Amino acid sequence: MSQPAEEHAHAHDDHGHDHDHGDTGAHGHHEDGFIKKYLWSVDHKMIAKQYLFTGMAMGLIGGFFSYAFRMQMAYPGHNVPGFGVVSPNEYNQLITNHGTIMIFWLAMPVLIAAFGNFLIPLMLGCDDMVFPRINRLSYQIFLLSAIVLIASWFVPGGGFGGAWTAYPPLSAKSQYNLTPLGSTMWVIAVALEFVAFLLGGINFVTTAMNSRAPGMKMFDIPMVVWMIVIASILFMASVGPLVAGAVMLVFDQQLGTGFFDPVRGGDPILWQHLFWFFGHPEVYVVLLPAVGIVAEIITVFSRKKLFAYKTVLYTAFGTAVLSFFVWAHHQFIAGIDPRMANVFTATTVLISIPIAEMMFVYVATLYGGSITLTTPMLWALGFIGEFIIGGVTGIFLGSSGSDIYFHDTYFVLAHFHYTFVPIAVIAVFAATTYWFPKMFGTMMNETLGKIHFWGTVIPFNGIFIPLFITGMGGDHRRIYNYANFPEQWTPHLIQMREFATVSLLVLIAFQGIFFINFFYSMFKGKPAGNNPWNANTLEWQTVSPPPHGNFAELPNCYRGPYEYSVPGREEDFWPQNEVG
Amino acid sequence: MSDAAATHGEHDEAAHLAHYMKIYRTLVVLFLVSVSGPFISDHFVHSKALVLVTAFGIALVKAYLVCAHFMHLNVEKKFVIYMLTTALVFMFLFFAGVSPDIMEHRGRNWENVAAREETASALKEQAERAAHPGEHEGAEHAE
Amino acid sequence: MSRPIATTRSVTGIATGKLAVWWVLASEIVIFGGLLCSYLMHRLGHPEFGGYAAHTNTALGATNTFVLLTSSLFAVRAHFEAEHGRGKSAANWLYMTVGGALTFLCIKGYEWHHEISEGFVISKNAFWSFYYTAAGLHACHVIGGAIIMLIIAQDAKKNQELQRVELIGIYWHFVDVVWIFLFPLLYIAK
Repeated sequence: MSQPAEEHAHAHDDHGHDHDHGDTGAHGHHEDGFIKKYLWSVDHKMIAKQYLFTGMAMGLIGGFFSYAFRMQMAYPGHNVPGFGVVSPNEYNQLITNHGTIMIFWLAMPVLIAAFGNFLIPLMLGCDDMVFPRINRLSYQIFLLSAIVLIASWFVPGGGFGGAWTAYPPLSAKSQYNLTPLGSTMWVIAVALEFVAFLLGGINFVTTAMNSRAPGMKMFDIPMVVWMIVIASILFMASVGPLVAGAVMLVFDQQLGTGFFDPVRGGDPILWQHLFWFFGHPEVYVVLLPAVGIVAEIITVFSRKKLFAYKTVLYTAFGTAVLSFFVWAHHQFIAGIDPRMANVFTATTVLISIPIAEMMFVYVATLYGGSITLTTPMLWALGFIGEFIIGGVTGIFLGSSGSDIYFHDTYFVLAHFHYTFVPIAVIAVFAATTYWFPKMFGTMMNETLGKIHFWGTVIPFNGIFIPLFITGMGGDHRRIYNYANFPEQWTPHLIQMREFATVSLLVLIAFQGIFFINFFYSMFKGKPAGNNPWNANTLEWQTVSPPPHGNFAELPNCYRGPYEYSVPGREEDFWPQNEVG
Repeated sequence: MSDAAATHGEHDEAAHLAHYMKIYRTLVVLFLVSVSGPFISDHFVHSKALVLVTAFGIALVKAYLVCAHFMHLNVEKKFVIYMLTTALVFMFLFFAGVSPDIMEHRGRNWENVAAREETASALKEQAERAAHPGEHEGAEHAE
Repeated sequence: MSRPIATTRSVTGIATGKLAVWWVLASEIVIFGGLLCSYLMHRLGHPEFGGYAAHTNTALGATNTFVLLTSSLFAVRAHFEAEHGRGKSAANWLYMTVGGALTFLCIKGYEWHHEISEGFVISKNAFWSFYYTAAGLHACHVIGGAIIMLIIAQDAKKNQELQRVELIGIYWHFVDVVWIFLFPLLYIAK
């Protein structure tokens, strides 16, 4: 279709186009071959599944890494079944790649890319993303980045082992990190991943801004779409300096430039700033979609309107802006200016207010609702409970005084796992179990789902509560073998480390139940019907799974997404596209 | 599009082109000024203020003209301007947060010894080179 | 290939393609911004950078500024022609713009050749690291822009996808604006 040069004056004509197409139905739907359907697809739902499965596969690798290094922590020097004896270099590579994978190849692709791709067009009532081919390109670059990362473990010298923060000079000079190729491939993989998410993010934001169903106003957009869009903007605005920084780091590694070399006029602290200027907003990039997912689930399963929709929205914007003002709390002992440390302490403690407020809003939504404890609801409630522990322990680390003591101990590690596990594991399971019927057209097994929930959440606490204690006991994060440190090799701390490791083994064992449930339900589950949860949002108003083009007739939108239990109506839900 | 051309007419088209040419001529004049300022400072009257104003101040004006008239931000929706400005503001924030550590080499309770030594030795070498230009030129070519 | 209906909607009143280009530019602003801010704080903290900058060729840098300014005029002419439905003429102006890009790159190549042969290589010190990286990143954008312009010109010749002429123009002006700042930062600050 050829269009004339688009102009502001022609904006209204575009709506005209819209209806013409709507009458003729979904465009060009026909059966494609396997490659075209599964690997070369431009359909947003297929791309979402590609991201979901790639993210899950990477998550399994990251989980396996954590198994190997936790075994080394509890039983140093012993043979780890399925891995072998963990050498010091391997240990560094394992923890570095565990962190990188879990954030960049699990949390980001699943929470933002997979659910963003799946939900945005469906929830906004359009047939696809605005740029389907850029969407496909985004996934292909993402896949390439994963391949580069995996390849980096097999080059001479092995994978990068300088921690996911990659501070120079350790990361910049191969005589220190001993991985001349692995370190560069690691940076390139991360940079490619950024490019993939920039392309994806532009697609998400443009779609949400321009392609909403007729009648859908700003405040009729479901919260999860808002959150993914805000997260995409946040990502776009914060990642730029680090993209430049990645180029600088690769040049330092391979061309011998002096960006982070003080002897030639550079400065290694610059990298820390470039990294954390992105790194801290990144926490909120993955947190906000998780918070949005939880909002969808708790409103559906408490049959109530989301308490204070606009407040949550403004709070999310406020959090996003504030998240740019906190980055240097990662550097309190890095030699930054103490005056700046004061400023960053204040802003860091300040950011706990909007996050706490969102949690209170969710509790208020639950209050007085008719709550059904389905598997997705359990995950959503689990998210709130666990994330609060992560938030509260963060206060100690945000205050520069106590952070100087806690810095780089297992306390920090336990804290950020209490934020990231609810985000990247609990919220992902919440979303997967909630939208599974729409994605695959079948229901998951509730009993298995509940066993999996308790089998995940209890061991999760079993892993990280002991690590708070070892951290306060002085365990430093980067130690390979505590047997070499007599003052840390006490029976109490040894027990704590073993308890954490055993808990991890239990947690990993319970994931088997999820995969059995997932794949069994995909093929043999009972049919879901269009709207198994009686939800209002537009994705539930089409068939499951939605066909190419999503809707038989593109919907119009008449009301907000959370009109549950409206008085005077027979049904306790009121779909957004229902007339009258 | 043909409607638009018909209503606006030939005259409007010519006026539009003339406008672009006017902006271009202004840009070229500003460009000449921005080059001549540092040139004057180098060869005639040494003045740091002159360099700053001509080179950097005029760069801002030039960028404004290109953005407003060539990128048509002057007729674009306000939202786009806010969006681009926000991105810029974050860069100022980045500069404000980072420069105390990188730009300064000494603060309360800390000193960047390596940077201070490097600056001192490099300045000394440059001063020597300025005093004896011949020798060092030769040495450099040999390198 | 047929477009999804989503692409043709325009709730904001800004055409979808153009909105996406603006978002691309916002993300480019922070990429160049991060690099230039990093350079600027080093430049202000290290007075010796001024001495190094004295070795850059201001005359050629200035010529390149003029070349890019002129190519920007060509790009806006291409947009003007496309706006009035004259695809062939728009394509020709795009080719002129690509000519500007090539001139820019040739001058840049000559400059770098000269500097490298004098021993000012990228690994010499932080100033030269920034000099080559910032100009190099910008040059990559010039090359990318030129390639996209050639592709768009192919369509424009046949009077297809004329709205894209404006989009690449917006990108090209951005590349020009970046150079407007890079030129004084790298060449004039002595």
